[in-house]
Amino acid sequence: MPCQWMKFFVCWPAMRKEENKVMRNNLFALVKKESLHILRDKRTMLIVILILVVLIVLFRFAITTEVNNVNVALVATDRTNGVNDAVNRIAHNDYFTFCGYINQDEIDQQLRSGKVSAVIVFAPDFDRRMEQINAGLPSTPIIQLIVDASNVNSAGAATAYMQEILLGTESQQAMFETRMLFNPQMKSAYNFVPGIMGLIFILVCAMMTSVSIVREKEVGTMEVLLVSPMRPTKVFFAKMIPYFVISCVVLIIILLLSYYLLHVPMSGGVWGIFSMSLLYVLLSLSLGLLVSIVVKTQVAALLLSGMVMMLPMLLLSGMLFPIENFPKFFEVLSNVVPARWYIEGIRKMMIQGSPFVAVWKEFTILLGMTVLFFGMSLLKFNDKLE
Amino acid sequence: MNVIEVNNLSKGYGKVKALDSISFSVKRSELFGLIGPDGAGKTTLFRLLTTLINPDEGSATVDGLDIIKDYRKIRSRVGYMPGRFSLYPDLTVEENLAFFAAIFGVKVKDSYDLVAPIYKQIEPFRKRQAHNLSGGMKQKLALSCALIHHPSVLFLDEPTTGIDAVSRSELWDMLKNLKEKGITILVSTPYMDEAFLCDRIALCNEGRILGIDTPQGIIEQFDSKLFEVRADNMFALLEAARQVEGVAECYPFGQAHHLVADDNFNMYRFKEQLGTFSNLTITPTEPTIEDVFINLMKQ
Repeated sequence: MPCQWMKFFVCWPAMRKEENKVMRNNLFALVKKESLHILRDKRTMLIVILILVVLIVLFRFAITTEVNNVNVALVATDRTNGVNDAVNRIAHNDYFTFCGYINQDEIDQQLRSGKVSAVIVFAPDFDRRMEQINAGLPSTPIIQLIVDASNVNSAGAATAYMQEILLGTESQQAMFETRMLFNPQMKSAYNFVPGIMGLIFILVCAMMTSVSIVREKEVGTMEVLLVSPMRPTKVFFAKMIPYFVISCVVLIIILLLSYYLLHVPMSGGVWGIFSMSLLYVLLSLSLGLLVSIVVKTQVAALLLSGMVMMLPMLLLSGMLFPIENFPKFFEVLSNVVPARWYIEGIRKMMIQGSPFVAVWKEFTILLGMTVLFFGMSLLKFNDKLE
Repeated sequence: MNVIEVNNLSKGYGKVKALDSISFSVKRSELFGLIGPDGAGKTTLFRLLTTLINPDEGSATVDGLDIIKDYRKIRSRVGYMPGRFSLYPDLTVEENLAFFAAIFGVKVKDSYDLVAPIYKQIEPFRKRQAHNLSGGMKQKLALSCALIHHPSVLFLDEPTTGIDAVSRSELWDMLKNLKEKGITILVSTPYMDEAFLCDRIALCNEGRILGIDTPQGIIEQFDSKLFEVRADNMFALLEAARQVEGVAECYPFGQAHHLVADDNFNMYRFKEQLGTFSNLTITPTEPTIEDVFINLMKQ
């Protein structure tokens, strides 16, 4: 008997090693198989890449709220030094196009015809009253901005930016002072990059993972996989690995594009943004896993991850509409949308330049959600057919 | 020793009883056939024995292991080929085989001797994706994948459904070879003519087993006289024949009708009574498994 025990202990490390080797081979085979599925399914890959490109192009060029090429005309009876100075500032700004001086009675016609989107009217005694203001004396308004507000967003943005430019350094003694911090030109890229990241990872991770697991149920390969010594949980983890790799590649592409093409500052540190995004990728993967366990068909998986998850994500995450404007109910509801926390955190780090420590709240919430979704999938998981 | 032991196994889906308290056993190295039409509960039985689902009542063991308690151990010992093609259509022949070898923790070359007679036939197409294979080749690949880990019991759910006659007989030859290598095989089929290729068969219908025996033994259960009748107007003949005294059963069977006679039956009187039918013939014939099945079903 003692001899046998000895043998057991002597052999144990070798046995463990052998076992580990088999396990590693298993996992490798699974990951390889999964990667083959992805590589051979060219259509799906194409769709994902297309969606990524379309989203970026769409948000970059079409859906833009930033002030660009605003045509501005001026009305000034006396072209004094102060007026010339202000005009120079407008004319030399990339975001405005100076269209020349017009008469008071032309304003309406110019705006209606769409030749200009904004008219700046200087008071006749602009210089004198400017001095008054600088001396701290009360004064009636000296500049009138007339803006075509048929597009509320761009009108608002243009007005704010024009005020900033016109008052310039002399605004120190003005009634109030407005400063657009972090994004003074109101570039929409700053707004949409975190939003796109929030969307794309849900798409790649949650949707594709859930569909690929459910496909095994539908094709019937799940039956064969279950009747094997391989634990199905392992099969699922192996499925996540290639999607995780794809997400990392996508993440790097987005970050490079944002930095070099869209000039998003990323002042809070790339590593913070990276770790936050990796956590979000894991969260999306667990969400996909959960979906795949609940549903039985690929169509249902698509509907659930596409409609039920994507739509609230778009509308409630604060990507398109500010959460502060929501009715109370939706404001509360937005708390359970993971993308909300991710986008908030990324915005802080990318644009405000906050360090990673400043987003501990968002990070913790995302971590909690990941653990929750993952735990739920493990609980719900059943290695039988029903 | 019984490799498969089933005791009063029941399984229902809602109100439908897919399996209604069935019992049977399969010996080592036996080729056991489950024969019955669609909806007989064959697939449910396979899923129970391969531990994919749990029974409502009853118990069963596979290779001495309980299907509920020891399901993990069973899973590494059995080979299972589901009714519909269940391999990865976008993987090639050799990728599928390598994958199934890997998840069972074996190497293809270590198990090659067992798989070789089957796999050799599809090896020329090893670079072809599985969805481009013909029905027969798909089944051969599926069988190879189910065998790659040297299972002691093989479960084949309708392996010959939907494939051509040549592939069918090839497949049965392969099963015979595997049986000789000591593998116990449980196979289901809706084709009655395949019954004779099994060592023993169980006739099943609507979740019950109607009879278990060797194919010859099953046929010997048929103790009535059987005739084959034909006439020009086959449809009217069926109705008329059923009215004749001494006819227990009359049912369509291929091109003719089969007529089961009881003790009062007289062939000459039958011909006389149905004299109005042109070209009426009646000849004694040997019962087949199907005749037994039809009669067991009616009881």
